[in-house]
Amino acid sequence: MTPLVVLLGAAGGLLLLPLPTLALGQSGLGRWLTYGGATAVCAAALGVALRSLLLGEICEASLPLGLPWIGARFRLDPLASAFLVVVDLGGAFASLYALGYGRHEPEPSRVLPFYTPFLAAMMLVVLAADAFSFLVAWELMSVASWALAMAHHREPRNTQAGYVYLLMANFGALALLLCFGLLAGPSGAYAFDAIKAHPPTSATAALALGLTILGAGSKAGLVPLHVWLPLAHPAAPSHVSALMSGVMTKVAVYAFVRIVFDLVGAPAPWWAVAVLILGGLTAVTGVLQALMQRDLKRLLAYSTVENIGIVFVGLGLALAFRAAAMPLAAGLALTAALLHVFNHSLFKSLLFFGSGAVQSGAGRRDMDQLGGLIGRMPQTALAFLAGSVAISALPPLNGFVSEWLTFQAILLSPKLDPWSLKLAVPAVGAMLALAAALAAACFVKAFGLTFLGRPRTQAAKTAREVDGFSRAAMLGLVVLCLAAGVLPGFVIDTLAPVTRALVGGRMPAQAGQSWLTIVPIAEARSSYNGLLVLVFVTLSAGLCALAIHELASRRVRRAPAWDCGAPDPSPMTQYTADSFAQPIRRVFGTYVFAARERVETPAPGDLAPARFEAVDRDLIWETLYAPIAGAVTFAAERLNRLQFLTIRAYLGLVFLALVTLLLVLALWG
Amino acid sequence: MTGLSFDIAHLLAGSLVLISLLMLYQDRLTALINVFAAQAVALALSVAWQAHAQGAPHLYVTAFLALALKAIIIPVALQRIIKRLGIHRELDQAVGIGPAMLAGVALVGLALVVMLGVAPEADRIAREDLAFALSVVLLGLLMMITRRNAVGLVVGFMSLENGLVLAATGARGMPLVVEISVAFSVLIAFIVIGVFLFRIRERFETVDVAALDRFRGERA
Repeated sequence: MTPLVVLLGAAGGLLLLPLPTLALGQSGLGRWLTYGGATAVCAAALGVALRSLLLGEICEASLPLGLPWIGARFRLDPLASAFLVVVDLGGAFASLYALGYGRHEPEPSRVLPFYTPFLAAMMLVVLAADAFSFLVAWELMSVASWALAMAHHREPRNTQAGYVYLLMANFGALALLLCFGLLAGPSGAYAFDAIKAHPPTSATAALALGLTILGAGSKAGLVPLHVWLPLAHPAAPSHVSALMSGVMTKVAVYAFVRIVFDLVGAPAPWWAVAVLILGGLTAVTGVLQALMQRDLKRLLAYSTVENIGIVFVGLGLALAFRAAAMPLAAGLALTAALLHVFNHSLFKSLLFFGSGAVQSGAGRRDMDQLGGLIGRMPQTALAFLAGSVAISALPPLNGFVSEWLTFQAILLSPKLDPWSLKLAVPAVGAMLALAAALAAACFVKAFGLTFLGRPRTQAAKTAREVDGFSRAAMLGLVVLCLAAGVLPGFVIDTLAPVTRALVGGRMPAQAGQSWLTIVPIAEARSSYNGLLVLVFVTLSAGLCALAIHELASRRVRRAPAWDCGAPDPSPMTQYTADSFAQPIRRVFGTYVFAARERVETPAPGDLAPARFEAVDRDLIWETLYAPIAGAVTFAAERLNRLQFLTIRAYLGLVFLALVTLLLVLALWG
Repeated sequence: MTGLSFDIAHLLAGSLVLISLLMLYQDRLTALINVFAAQAVALALSVAWQAHAQGAPHLYVTAFLALALKAIIIPVALQRIIKRLGIHRELDQAVGIGPAMLAGVALVGLALVVMLGVAPEADRIAREDLAFALSVVLLGLLMMITRRNAVGLVVGFMSLENGLVLAATGARGMPLVVEISVAFSVLIAFIVIGVFLFRIRERFETVDVAALDRFRGERA
């Protein structure tokens, strides 16, 4: 039995799991069956995928489904294995988390039947080896995640979120459909092998690239196609948000890599410029928007947009180096991108689990209503802190490694030939650096407002720590984040067959380096040792704590309490989400958000309260989406009249259409 | 098919077009139905001649069906309906006769230009037959939009159907199944629309289709 058969069996099992769940009805058994089954199946599939990745296995299978002259083809190669690891790891942890978290679900029958098919669809997208199966799995993934995002459809704004998501998903699928149609050509060769065997002309390839950016980019959250993420991700239950943000966006990255690196053929240098600029813009816009949010899950969704930007910068660099025939550098950039995919799936799932824990523990996720949770939920706080450190790219956790590798690839850019790239890459590097710094500020805000300070509401004051399953899932991911940060060499070596297959080069093997150091190019140039940083951080922090404990005076002193600049005992005098973001909004707001602030102070002697008003606008929505929505509404209202014509007018329309067509025929025939 | 046989086929098909134009000219329902019956007779003759000329005996069945249904049963029934509804004296034209006739002549011209231009190398009889058939179809449609009365719509629709039968029989080797189904569809349309007429009558006390529009809350 090949690993592919096992994986297809796992996906099939996940697809069929809703049937017994539905038969069990509303009892708690359905939840155990779904999430327990999904945990087990995903863990098994994870093992199989990891084994294939390590062994570098390639196997194919064809099922007699789908289009009659193609069948449904599936293929397991290193790229698919790598992304399957991401999908199944995320799936296993999300299912484990949901074993506890799912208990708070008010309507489990709106979540359970769609959960496992969603997981199965993501696996099938990665395994598919013809355009038809790919698109069917892709659409199943979209529809299942839409149903999950609509689970709490009675809450205000969730239906709108679902509508926007469905529209964007349809748009993306249409773009991918056209892309595959272009690649398959008039002969209808939809199998990936056949597409690869006939590389398209440069014009077709460029068009396919544009369509892939639209199709995969809208699912991944590339600016300006990201509008649905901050709406739909918070709407879903938290374990599903974790999957959508941590895993589904990665499946979209997979689609991009598969089409652009594998199917389309040799890239042109300007492709890289386009992808790089899009990635840089996405990173900066995403993190700036994230900083302005009050809702914890919306903040995380915007942060996903930022991280997708980082991944696409890595992919753009890989395209640039590949076009310049520099396989080593291309291997480095692609490894950085794939490593960031893996890392982001870990810490974004972790952070979404944390936000779900906060929501179930304190009942809120508006940061202005939280605060001081570290005392009530210490383990959740620790996990969220670890996730925040990782996503802020602080060593020794894993986020640092992939962003550092991306910067290493950027530093190789002077060797690139075209001037457009020579200029674009450093500019994008600067944007990336800005995004990284702002991301740290963003997560200081997320962690600080939620877990530190004093509780802002009664609900936050009486929050409870979450159940064992949820904590186990979060702490498991913390361990993985730390492990991937300290032992990056192992992950990098595991990704080597993927990069070799796609860009013809790989990073130097890291296994032989002493003390778990990683060396991207040459030791004389740069190296990083996560273990050393970990040991140093632990030792210095420990010594500091010890020194303060031992050497500081233990004499009791009486002094006025330091009031942190907040002499009023009310918790409302603490930082709020908006006041924390104020300095950054002052700097960037005028351009990015068209932000306006207005202060009204009443005249002396007037007893009216002073008012402060700050308005942000979403310029992308206003300039891009609102006109489209307006045009559609306008056209629909005009066409609406067609519903109320007289019978003779309808007949007349038919008659006119016929006569017009005949006239055309007569004139041109 | 040459010589006399071709000329007769041509004459009969052309007479269908002529009768279609005559139908456009009628502004009273009884007269309209009578002219429709005449067109059905012409259709039956034309189909019978095609059956003779092509040596295709199954076309006689079609000719008989056309004669029995469209020339006798349906006109008689329609006459009874309009008598029972008391609308046999009503005027029924939404568009003036002059413009309607001009439009009709233009349509016949269009049909000829299209058909003769599209397939110059095709069989002459089939081509010209199709040109006549297309004219009849177009004139039927024109009649449907120039009539105000539901009965006028029905007659226009069946005249259109005549054009379709003419086209079907002009082409060699058309299987009988199609013609029977066409005939039945006409019958069914007639029954449905007949029921529909009575329903309109019950509800609105008139068969003027404008009443339907008023019922839907629209301006007429």
